[in-house]
Amino acid sequence: MAATEQEVLAGLAEIVSEETGLPTDAVLLEKSFTDDLDIDSLSMMTIVTHCEDKFDVRIPDEDVKNLTTVGDAVSYITKAQA
Amino acid sequence: MSTVRDVVVTGLGATTPLGGDVDSTWAAALAGESGARTLENDWAEKYGIPVTFAAQIKVAPDQVLPRPEIKRMDPSAQYAIIATREAWADAGSPEVDPERLGAVVSSGIGGIWTTLDAWDTLQERGARRVLPMTVPMLMPNSPTAYVELEIGAQAGAHALVSACASGAEAIGYGIEMIRSGRADVVVAGGTEAALHPMPLAAFAASRTLSLRNDDPQGASRPYDSDRDGFVLGEGSGIVVLESAEHAAARGARVYARLAGVGLSSDAYHITSPDPDGRGQIAAMRRAVENAGIGYQDVVHLNAHATSTKVGDLTETRSVRTLLGSDADHVALSATKSMTGHLLGGAGALETIFTIKALADRKAPPTINVANPDPELDLDLVRDVPRDLPAGDVAAINNSFGFGGHNVALVATSV
Repeated sequence: MAATEQEVLAGLAEIVSEETGLPTDAVLLEKSFTDDLDIDSLSMMTIVTHCEDKFDVRIPDEDVKNLTTVGDAVSYITKAQA
Repeated sequence: MSTVRDVVVTGLGATTPLGGDVDSTWAAALAGESGARTLENDWAEKYGIPVTFAAQIKVAPDQVLPRPEIKRMDPSAQYAIIATREAWADAGSPEVDPERLGAVVSSGIGGIWTTLDAWDTLQERGARRVLPMTVPMLMPNSPTAYVELEIGAQAGAHALVSACASGAEAIGYGIEMIRSGRADVVVAGGTEAALHPMPLAAFAASRTLSLRNDDPQGASRPYDSDRDGFVLGEGSGIVVLESAEHAAARGARVYARLAGVGLSSDAYHITSPDPDGRGQIAAMRRAVENAGIGYQDVVHLNAHATSTKVGDLTETRSVRTLLGSDADHVALSATKSMTGHLLGGAGALETIFTIKALADRKAPPTINVANPDPELDLDLVRDVPRDLPAGDVAAINNSFGFGGHNVALVATSV
């Protein structure tokens, strides 16, 4: 069943928190993965792998580079699930 | 009189089956405690593994490290980082030019949990579920690389591999880095996290593990007539090595000097030691010569002694052959009777025991020796610690590994 944007954000925040140690409430829609959350490319790929698993979506590498902010990822995953 | 080539130990760190740090580990060792326990899993039923116990580390890493670090490191690296943080703080977090700071941390087996978990994931769920951190976690240089990152070491980070001699060889290489002028401070040691059912099954298949399932704490019994193999252990030991000059300049507390390194290889058999002990004797002789001491100075020896039928006595015969009557005043300790066999972590943990023995003037006991092997002709410290003599004294730590690798380190008192 497809999740709402709210549910995707909550799920993504948990994954990012596990990977980085940041609190889940720091993972906000407007935050940039690289500039605000200090996530390197290897961590980003780890987050993508967990997202694919958790939300049952496929995020090809060529799309990952367009996911600049948390909001970008939430929209992408929500659309991909629909 | 110290010279520029003197290498001293200024920091110690460990996480072991006896405790989560050096103090608790050393206290348990002096008290003659065993770290072996029955495993809480279904490996015996599920896979038919004939051994149901091991010496697991006492304090789980998730009680010490934040979750992101746990997820980015194989357990072997987690243990090394825990021990490194303790050792570095114990040394007073020395200020050192990063280009003069090195790391040498070895593992005998490498990131086997990561390797096998990733293989399970691949088989069960396909390539897209294999995590991107898999390679940097499974590579055998991962622990030394994380230590290098932790302390900011730029003189070089190395991971020498020689099975159960790896931890001692790492310390030996760290000593050489300082002696050769490449570094002033080196964080060195060994780590192992191989309590996974596959290596347990493989060691059992090689008939080297004790099968004393009904008595885990009595299973590791080096030199006892009824010994039947080693107990698989895990954990890490890390030391901070420092040039005597550097340590003196910053007024560091010094535990002992690591004065001699002796290396050799048997060229005899892939797993069995040369029964004549030629390689072992050569390693010890080279270490003593390298330290510039005499055999009469040696008052303590931390033996490799894993509790196997053949290995234990090969080593004691080698000691007797080399030291002759000087072996009579050597207090012999086999601390694997308490810790189990930490494989790549063993040589490093036992170097820490050797250093603590000299610093505290106490040789740790060997437990479970109910009936000493009649062929043992050395002075074994049994059940309770033994006071070591005052004055300038030396101790040897032996580590031998599958492949015929022999490493002897000589520590001297300060």
